[in-house]
Amino acid sequence: MQIYLPIAEVSVNAFLLLGLGGIVGVLSGMFGVGGGFLMTPLLFFIGIPPAVAVATEANQIVASSFSGLLAHLRRKTVDLRMGGVLLIGGLAGAALGVVIFNILKGMGQVDLLVKLCYVIFLGVIGGLMFIESLSAIRRARNPAPTKVRARKGRGWITALPFKMRFRTSGLYISVIPPIVVGLLVGILAAIMGVGGGFIMVPAMIYILGMPTKVVVGTSLFQIIFVTAFTTLLHATTNFTVDMMLAVLLLVGGVVGAQIGTRIGVRLKAEQLRILLALMVLAVCGKLAFDLLVQPSELYSLGAAAGH
Amino acid sequence: MIRLAFALLLVLTALPLAAQSRDVIIGLSQERVDITANFDGSEIRVFGAVKRSTPLAIGENLDVIITVSGPSMPVTVRKKDRVAGIWVNTQSVEVDQAPSFYKLVTTAPLNDILTEVEDLRHKISIPRAIRSVGAPDNVEDARNFTEALIRIRKDQGLYAVLEDSVRMLDQTLFDAEIALPANLVEGTYDARVFLVREGAVIAEYATRIDVQKVGLERAIYRLAHDQPLVYGILSLVIAIAAGWGASAIFRYVLN
Repeated sequence: MQIYLPIAEVSVNAFLLLGLGGIVGVLSGMFGVGGGFLMTPLLFFIGIPPAVAVATEANQIVASSFSGLLAHLRRKTVDLRMGGVLLIGGLAGAALGVVIFNILKGMGQVDLLVKLCYVIFLGVIGGLMFIESLSAIRRARNPAPTKVRARKGRGWITALPFKMRFRTSGLYISVIPPIVVGLLVGILAAIMGVGGGFIMVPAMIYILGMPTKVVVGTSLFQIIFVTAFTTLLHATTNFTVDMMLAVLLLVGGVVGAQIGTRIGVRLKAEQLRILLALMVLAVCGKLAFDLLVQPSELYSLGAAAGH
Repeated sequence: MIRLAFALLLVLTALPLAAQSRDVIIGLSQERVDITANFDGSEIRVFGAVKRSTPLAIGENLDVIITVSGPSMPVTVRKKDRVAGIWVNTQSVEVDQAPSFYKLVTTAPLNDILTEVEDLRHKISIPRAIRSVGAPDNVEDARNFTEALIRIRKDQGLYAVLEDSVRMLDQTLFDAEIALPANLVEGTYDARVFLVREGAVIAEYATRIDVQKVGLERAIYRLAHDQPLVYGILSLVIAIAAGWGASAIFRYVLN
């Protein structure tokens, strides 16, 4: 069944959109990532204009994260205080990100920057998570006298001022690192059309040292507000939020997220992390490949400046 | 077909006997294209007839060219080059006006029936329909950019040249079908018909087709542009309501 999208101005198969939403929703629920880093490129592939894909994806992430967040709130696996601190940075970052996005759009380099950002971030994070998860699994299988690796490199974080107690996470740390993490994720969220969970989840685990069980819920909490803010920014400045596209994606996505959350509870943290790492690396590899191989069409069309 | 026959009847009865000129009249199967929620492209049939006062001269050969063009807009064409191993947009050319949609159908190959000068005058072929004033000095091959624009739009089904696709009967009646793709842009489309003899345009007729969104499509589009903040908030509310609703239903079903 073909459906014409009023803002994107293209006609797409409705079941394709529902299916895409569902698959990405399952992953979103399993890993606590918004799924935007998969959905946004997929929307490009089916012919949605990039500006519309980025803005609409922000809207869709709000919905898919909302049902995931509810599930986590019910299980009390959300650190609301930490989420609030992350959010302060996130909102500032999103506003900054939209400004950067618009400047680069005028220069015709926004596609390249977005893809390079993906390759670098996904490559580094996916690689780190993969190595870390592998050694964690090896440790679990081989519980003999291997000494637990000391957490290095967090000395400077404990030395920072403005300390706050985060009871749910069992942490007493400065608010500066979470604000900076939130800010960076907010910038990337606005530029890359993603929720930013794939960056925030590892940052929370490795930089802030939060326990894995509250990481997913807390990142969803931050994502939902940052993407809502990004949606409003895009809707009011670029008119690129397609309500109909968002609704179709989220109907599939919300159901998928519920299934994914249940799968995620059953899997062990290490298994979950190694799966996420592999997925992140796969997307990274695909994007890097596209940048390195000569494209079949060297030319591309864009709206003229000022449009 | 009935409409075509009716048009023919009208033409034949309305023929003025004294006039020497060749003239052309056309009709469209629809003068309005509504883009609805399940819009999946459409087809417009252009039909018409040559009005003539004197019988056809021996060896006189008339041809018909039909063009349908969408609203023109400026376009930036960018070209990628390899920089440090990756493919990067390096050069760009602004095309001042390019139709968002352009289809050209003829009774015979365009080069055989139309001279370059006439093409230039009436802006019939695709390169002529695109207006490109000047490329920046640092771009040597500006022509390639215009060609790329045409090639990309052809691949998207937005531009097409269909030679030999106008059916012409007895040098008088003609008709053609023009497919409108699903990725149509809203606006006023121009349909033009040229009557051609020995490379020159001898008669021309133009009419308009309104392409617009209707119903829910229109409501959403208008709200998004007239009240963007309200639209943005509404999008979020709908998203959250659906998210919460689906979550609640799912839980209810499972438990």
